[in-house]
Amino acid sequence: MPKRLVRIAEKTGRATVMGVAEIGYGAYLFGESLFWLIMGKRRRQPVRLRAVMAEAMEFGVRAIPIVAVLSSTVGAMLAIQGIHTLKTFGAESRVTFGVALSVVREFAPLITGIVVAGRSGSALAARLGTMRINQEIDALHVMGIDPVRFLVAPALFAMLIMLPLLTLLADFVALTGAGLYIGVQLGMDMPAYWDRVIEALSTDDLGHGLGKSAIFAVLITLVGVVNGSLVEGGAEGVGKATTRSVVHAISAIVVTDMLFAFILTR
Amino acid sequence: MTMNALPPPENRTKVVEIKDLVTHYGDRMILKGISLDILENEIMVIMGGSGSGKSTLLNHLLGLLKPSSGTVRILGQDINAISEVEKTRLRTRMGVAFQGGALFSSMTVGDNIMLPLKEHTELDESTMSIMARLKMEVVKLSGFENLKPSELSGGMIKRAALARAIVMDPRLLFCDEPSAGLDPVVSAAIDELIISLRDAMGMSIVVVTHELESAFRIADRICVLDRGDILMVDTVEAVRNSSNERIQNLLNRRLEEATLDPDDYMRRLTIGI
Repeated sequence: MPKRLVRIAEKTGRATVMGVAEIGYGAYLFGESLFWLIMGKRRRQPVRLRAVMAEAMEFGVRAIPIVAVLSSTVGAMLAIQGIHTLKTFGAESRVTFGVALSVVREFAPLITGIVVAGRSGSALAARLGTMRINQEIDALHVMGIDPVRFLVAPALFAMLIMLPLLTLLADFVALTGAGLYIGVQLGMDMPAYWDRVIEALSTDDLGHGLGKSAIFAVLITLVGVVNGSLVEGGAEGVGKATTRSVVHAISAIVVTDMLFAFILTR
Repeated sequence: MTMNALPPPENRTKVVEIKDLVTHYGDRMILKGISLDILENEIMVIMGGSGSGKSTLLNHLLGLLKPSSGTVRILGQDINAISEVEKTRLRTRMGVAFQGGALFSSMTVGDNIMLPLKEHTELDESTMSIMARLKMEVVKLSGFENLKPSELSGGMIKRAALARAIVMDPRLLFCDEPSAGLDPVVSAAIDELIISLRDAMGMSIVVVTHELESAFRIADRICVLDRGDILMVDTVEAVRNSSNERIQNLLNRRLEEATLDPDDYMRRLTIGI
């Protein structure tokens, strides 16, 4: 029995050390990426705008349809639940207030983050993992091209721009979805609905949501990159890293979201 | 393949100097304190079976691994002691053709070959394109610049990797298993190409391989690596005629494989069917 306990303790310890090391590696990559974004030009090794644009296209523009579909659904869902719940108090007309706040502060950043983590976090991990296995990362090193500058910085920069923009889009689409249902149910016309939405929201709320999405952007990119660049063991390793990166990124997003709510919303 | 036109070895510049190199993976010692000089304008073949430490040695030469102890000097600079900026500059003077090519799958062959130029020079697009085509001509791959690496055959991938490795006109070229996984004809063509690169462009070339035939064909000198030790460094003739038992074992094991009896082979495959 004690032997088994020792083994469990050993395993837990090793996993903890690994986890801490990975977080440290993520932080290092973040610092390096910022370094190249700022100092690259001076070192005559700039982060290429074309690479950033390509990543932005992939992470952001191509995610628009799925983000739109999901956020309009979530918006309508919130309106349905809101009206249903508030009916108990005879306060259906207050639904706009609740929907507007919960979409902008919580649901839009969260849904967008989860969708992008599933789409692009996994893709990043798979791409970097494959490159590592094919010695393409080594090839970059020996060509004197820093892989962080060449691969990580553009992805991080693109994600930092695109995720808040997607979140803004999700805000609008979700509120429209909610508005359509509320309009029909409560006989409210759209201009009146938007008036109430704008009344309910402050720039603070908008900033809260978008700020969170920027943090999610960093989390998704770093989790994908860390998992991808630690791939070992061929194609199977790439598959594992991909799965791992989605699970880790979504967990990180949800936990961060809760922490945000805890610190800033009470 | 002879070095008649060259000055005697003692007068030639050392492009690579390895001194007492020791490496560990965990507790296991991979390289056991090896020393090796590689001279200007020679083709040095580092030969050994799997587990001999030759891939580890290559990674040290490329500055991808830090040694436990010992030094590696490339073109006069200690690759583990210089700053990142100096290392980048040094790396523009060396080229590497990886075993699997390590071409970037998202880019065309032409873009792959142009990449070092794009990243390290301020040349305009058309000049870079011409330079890339020039190198593709050298490796006999003209006309394939718009294909993706996935559309190339094994031999063509090796050629493209060589073209990318020489696009900056390096003084030092590394080739990892250039003939592995190729049929004998294509393999011989790649060997010819490596020799012609040395002759035409005056490069020093380090080839890491386990293929005896290829090693004997291209080498000026061979470094025989076995279980982390250098058994000998000498000319093809000397290695062939060596009386060292471990070297003879290494040579004969390959030859046994090569002189396989086809009838016996068929019989073994079809036994019991």
